[in-house]
Amino acid sequence: MAPLAPRSGDAVFANVERVNAELFTLTYGAIVRQLLTDLEEVEEVNKQLDQMGYNIGIRLIDEFLAKSNVSRCVDFKETCDVIAKVGFKMFLGVTATVSNWDAEGTSCSIILEDNPLVDFVELPDTCQGLNYCNILSGVIRGALEMVSMKTEITWVRDMLHGDDAYELRLKLLKQVPEEYPYKDDE
Amino acid sequence: MQFFSGSVDSTPSPAAPPGTASGLSGNNANMLYIFNRNGVCLLYHEWHRPLRTLDAQQDQKLMFGLLFSLRSFTAKMDPTSLDKGNLGVPLLPGQGCSFHSFRTNTYKLSFMESPSGIKIILVTHPKISDLRDSLRHIYNIYVEYVVKNPLYIPGSPIKYVRKH
Repeated sequence: MAPLAPRSGDAVFANVERVNAELFTLTYGAIVRQLLTDLEEVEEVNKQLDQMGYNIGIRLIDEFLAKSNVSRCVDFKETCDVIAKVGFKMFLGVTATVSNWDAEGTSCSIILEDNPLVDFVELPDTCQGLNYCNILSGVIRGALEMVSMKTEITWVRDMLHGDDAYELRLKLLKQVPEEYPYKDDE
Repeated sequence: MQFFSGSVDSTPSPAAPPGTASGLSGNNANMLYIFNRNGVCLLYHEWHRPLRTLDAQQDQKLMFGLLFSLRSFTAKMDPTSLDKGNLGVPLLPGQGCSFHSFRTNTYKLSFMESPSGIKIILVTHPKISDLRDSLRHIYNIYVEYVVKNPLYIPGSPIKYVRKH
C-alpha cells in the first residue's frame, strides 16, 4: 500500500520557511494594484492573475508533493480534501473546508473562512468585477493539471463582494491518461 | 551535483564489495536519469559506464520506454487489486501499483515517479540496498534547485555546471 496522505498540513507547515504575513499581503496587493494600472480593464487583470497563478501552480505541485509525501493523486475527492487540509495549510497557513459535492463526485466547493491575501483590502466601486484572489484559482488549476486533472475553477462567493466566506467551485473536466510520448517511426 | 554524490555516500546501504564498484569518488551510482511525463530527459549523468551501445538519445528513449512498459506490466500483474486496465491501455498517473527497483546480475535499477510525472532513475551496483530514500532526497533537491529556480523553464533539460 502506498503511504497514506497526511490528514493535515500542520507538521509540514511547522517545517517550512515562512515570510511575514503582512509583507506577503502587501506584496500581493501591490502586484494587483500594478496590474490594474498597467492593464486598465478589470477583466484583463482577472485573466492575468489566473495566468500567474497557473504558472505558479505547475511548479508548486512538485514542492507540495516533495514536502507532503503525498504519493498518489488519482481520486478527485481525496485530492480535493488534501488541497484543502494540507495544501492551503502548507502554503497559506489556513485550512479550508470541502463541501457541496455533486452526485457524480466531479465538482465540489472549497470554502475559505480566513484568507490572508485580503487583509487591508477594500474594492473601490470601479473594481467590482475584480476577482482579487484569482491567483488562487490559477494555482489550483495549474497544480491539478500537473497531476493530470483538467479542472475549471470559478469563484462563487467572495467576502470582498459582501459574501460571508470565500467559495471556490472546482469542476473536474477530465482525467488524462498517461500516453507513450514517442511515435513509433521516430 | 556534488551535493547529490554526497547524499548517496551517506545512505545506510552496505557498500559494494571492494573492486566491484565504480571506484570513482566512493560513489556506487553508475547512471542517473530524470525524465518528465512527456519523455523529455531533463538530466542524464553518468559516473561509471564502460559500455555504450546506443547514442544518448536512443538510450534515453529506450530507458523511458522500459519504465513505461514495465509500469503497465506490473500494474497488470497485481494480484491484490481490481483496479487495473487492459495491458497496453493507458493508465492514469498513479493508478495501479508501481515498482521501485529491479536487479540483474550486473546492475540494479531504482525508480521513483512523483504524481506530477517526474521519474528519477538510478542505476547502481547490484549489491546496493533500498534506495527509495535517496530517490526522494534527489526529488527534494530537484524541487529546491530546479523547480524553484526562476530562470528554469519547466519541461526543458536542466543545465548545470559541475564543479570539481
